[in-house]
Amino acid sequence: MSYIAKPRVSHPGLPKNKLGLTTRDYEGTVSTLCAGCGHDSVTAAIIQAVFELDVEPHMLAKMSGIGCSSKTPAYFVSQSHGFNSVHGRMPSVTTGANAANRDLMYIGVSGDGDSLSIGVGQFVHAIRRNLNMCYMIENNGVYGLTKGQFSASADIGSLPKKGLPNQQEPIDPVSTALSLGATYIGRSFSGDKEQLVPLIKGALMHDGFALVDVISPCVTFNDHEGSTKSYAHTRQFYHHVTDMDYIPPAEEIKAKYAEGEAMPVELHDGSTIMLRKVDDEYDPTSRAAAFKYLRDHFNAGEITTGLLYINKERREMHDLMGNVDTPLAELPLDSLNPGSTELRKILKRYA
Amino acid sequence: MAKVNDVVIKIATVNGTGSASANGLLRKAIFRMGIPVVGKNYFPSNIQGLPTWYEIRVTGDGYQSRSDRLDIMVAMNAQTYAKDMAEVTSGGWLIYDSTWPRSSLLDRDDITVLGVPLSRMCNESFNGARARILMKNIAYVGVLAALLEIDLDIITELLEETFADKQHLIESNMKAIRLGYDYATENFVCPLPSKVEAMEGTSEHIIMDGNTAAGLGCMYAGATVGAWYPITPSTSLMDAFRNFCAEYRVDPETGKRTYCIIQAEDELAAIGMVLGANWNGARSFTPTSGPGISLMSEFLGFAYYAEIPAVIFNVQRTGPSTGMPTRTQQSDILSCAYASHGDTRHVLLFPADPYECFHMAVQAFDHAERLQTPVMVLSDLDIGMNDWMIPAFEWDDDYVPDRGKVLGAEELEAMEKFHRYLDVDGDGIPYRTLPGVHPKGSYFTRGSGHTKYGAYTEDSAAYQDVMDRLLAKWETARSELPEAEIVYSKFNKAAVLTVGSGHAACQEALDRLGAQNVNLNYCRVKAFPFSDSVREFIDNHEVVYVVEQNRDAQLRTLLMLDSEADPAKLVSLLHYNGIPINAGFVVDGVLGEIAKGRAA
Repeated sequence: MSYIAKPRVSHPGLPKNKLGLTTRDYEGTVSTLCAGCGHDSVTAAIIQAVFELDVEPHMLAKMSGIGCSSKTPAYFVSQSHGFNSVHGRMPSVTTGANAANRDLMYIGVSGDGDSLSIGVGQFVHAIRRNLNMCYMIENNGVYGLTKGQFSASADIGSLPKKGLPNQQEPIDPVSTALSLGATYIGRSFSGDKEQLVPLIKGALMHDGFALVDVISPCVTFNDHEGSTKSYAHTRQFYHHVTDMDYIPPAEEIKAKYAEGEAMPVELHDGSTIMLRKVDDEYDPTSRAAAFKYLRDHFNAGEITTGLLYINKERREMHDLMGNVDTPLAELPLDSLNPGSTELRKILKRYA
Repeated sequence: MAKVNDVVIKIATVNGTGSASANGLLRKAIFRMGIPVVGKNYFPSNIQGLPTWYEIRVTGDGYQSRSDRLDIMVAMNAQTYAKDMAEVTSGGWLIYDSTWPRSSLLDRDDITVLGVPLSRMCNESFNGARARILMKNIAYVGVLAALLEIDLDIITELLEETFADKQHLIESNMKAIRLGYDYATENFVCPLPSKVEAMEGTSEHIIMDGNTAAGLGCMYAGATVGAWYPITPSTSLMDAFRNFCAEYRVDPETGKRTYCIIQAEDELAAIGMVLGANWNGARSFTPTSGPGISLMSEFLGFAYYAEIPAVIFNVQRTGPSTGMPTRTQQSDILSCAYASHGDTRHVLLFPADPYECFHMAVQAFDHAERLQTPVMVLSDLDIGMNDWMIPAFEWDDDYVPDRGKVLGAEELEAMEKFHRYLDVDGDGIPYRTLPGVHPKGSYFTRGSGHTKYGAYTEDSAAYQDVMDRLLAKWETARSELPEAEIVYSKFNKAAVLTVGSGHAACQEALDRLGAQNVNLNYCRVKAFPFSDSVREFIDNHEVVYVVEQNRDAQLRTLLMLDSEADPAKLVSLLHYNGIPINAGFVVDGVLGEIAKGRAA
């Protein structure tokens, strides 16, 4: 993992956001991933997304587990707190962090091994709770750091660099999340920044569990012919279902949408997702229809991408529990204990 | 055994028949008469239909531990009748339901057997199977009230409190009490030579179990996030926290909660949540038991190395593996002290009773935040789930929680640069920052090798520097944690040393040994790492009897490891059958060693 700070070179021409920050201000340390790794493109997309969202760096919390993907929070927004936890357990740490402070914006970066093998239990239960976070899976079908074993997302028949093809059913994070009731589900490709950046922005602003599954090829161990997670394979079988634009609150909708082309989805903070269906048949608000569509296209060997499902009705964890609006960590402790007089009253029940 | 206010009663029933309320009524009535009393549950890992026992020790002298005598057995369970009868101490009494004949084989001529037709009486007086079963249990309270001379007015008063708005229940319960009471007074010589008599021994005292006390302590400490996975015998700790919070932590205007309890998918997730919440500045805890600690181990090592506060209650049960989940033991001492791989060690607190569970719950949060490390409170099933008579807690309204070294926005603004793991003050404790406070406070929390500045490293010297600083912090912990309780006289060459729930049995044992002119000094450790006084104490004796409730002498091992005590001096007295230790075990153990030629 990198500890090399990037040189601070100022580019006077760089655009600034509402906080007066440039994309450089949202960068982290130098990536130590392999040259051409999909994850570095995802990192760049995250930087672009939080820059465009005018996120105050210290109000963002970067969470991860273990693996190549989980290293990446060091590579963006140095001025945010990061929590690189243990393998497969990022969801529980984020759950506790969010329980303590609901005002922060949480982005968790995980991988297919971290989320679908060792951490599948925590992944599943964070969804059930509708934890308010953006959960990214940098999905490449292999374990990189341990040199190329298949992960649980490897497709049947996909070839490893050496050895026999995978024979086991893959776990698809998107249909898994759909069946468990995730309230924002998207899939994209590290090589499609245009689709990925708005998808991440929507996920960060969505009030509830937002999954962004990103096919992010491993150039070293899974980018060869016969692999179904290579750049070439992904580009060939990429099936774009929806496009979206994220429009911040109170901002004028400038883009021109043809009649019936775009479907606006207003988020809790007043921002809007303008959803454009590339396939007219697709209904991203119906779980059953989305599930069937995804399976049909999966069986045809296609990689379905875009904002695939959104549900604004289901409340996130704190609201389901009826917790106060103030972050629990910010409540003064003396307001939390009832004092000596009440203690005496309580103890009378035990006398 | 004709003594006043010194009687042990055991009630054998079947679990799921409502006997708990009858037994509670009996125990409370004696307590309300001003007589010290304790209650212990012996229950199966089962929901309904298996044998269960409740033991009430009326203890005018105030001893808290399990007695080694049994004066009166109330044998309500035919399944265990033979075993129950065999358990009565010679000269004692056995009460049974004489509705059905009892095998003549099951008889003893050294005890008095009293038959009461409880089922017949209740079947004649009550309608419905459920009511008849429940009232049969209440009726034996009436029998015991007559035999022991328990004040019926107090029983009435307790029923009125319990069923304040259910008059018909007060009446039916009193009717059942009367059935038993009248039958006993008409058929037996009442009271028995062993009986109770009102005294002034319980003022400013309460009866509470340790899990309730710890749950209450968590609320008073200002804990806001509790994460847990249900496991016997720790479950009632979170139940207590939840109930107290439901009463005191709901905004009366908005109905919103100032607490968040998350039932996790497993213990791995529970501790992960606790770490996330503490990292973010909330006081957060998890209650668990041995198997839960095993699952939490990876995260505990992470928290040690990344220096994140956490409070873990381990209500220990009988291991190894699933063991006996409803029996007590102190067999997680070593697994907690060194939970996780690598060079890892954890701060432990050892409450001896529910009183200390309350106070140590509060202290645990203070120490965890001050030391930026997990603090484990090692209770056990005996403390956690049994009814102890303890002094009523006092709460100091001037209590100021110790949140440790946390930098605020203004301090960060004034700093040139913040470094997470620098030992600025020379006590081994670095400064930390909370997310959301100031951009200058940001750092990357990681379990991988890091420098004192918080950066990732694979450099040997930089890695070792942090590991050595953690040792300096360990020594700071040693000086700040609760001191051992020590009773010392230079005239005694031998001593007893114990931990946690061994305290009550040892207190009673020391009195009994003293009465036989065997005078021993005493040390009870309250925290790990051990205070320096523990090492000195051991050094000052020829023999130290280490009394603990596990097979492998885990406390003794820890004393050798942490205080470099001379192993030759440490003689183990080990009690590990799952039943709480009693004074007789300690007395016999010490006398046995003396008989072998050990110093006294």
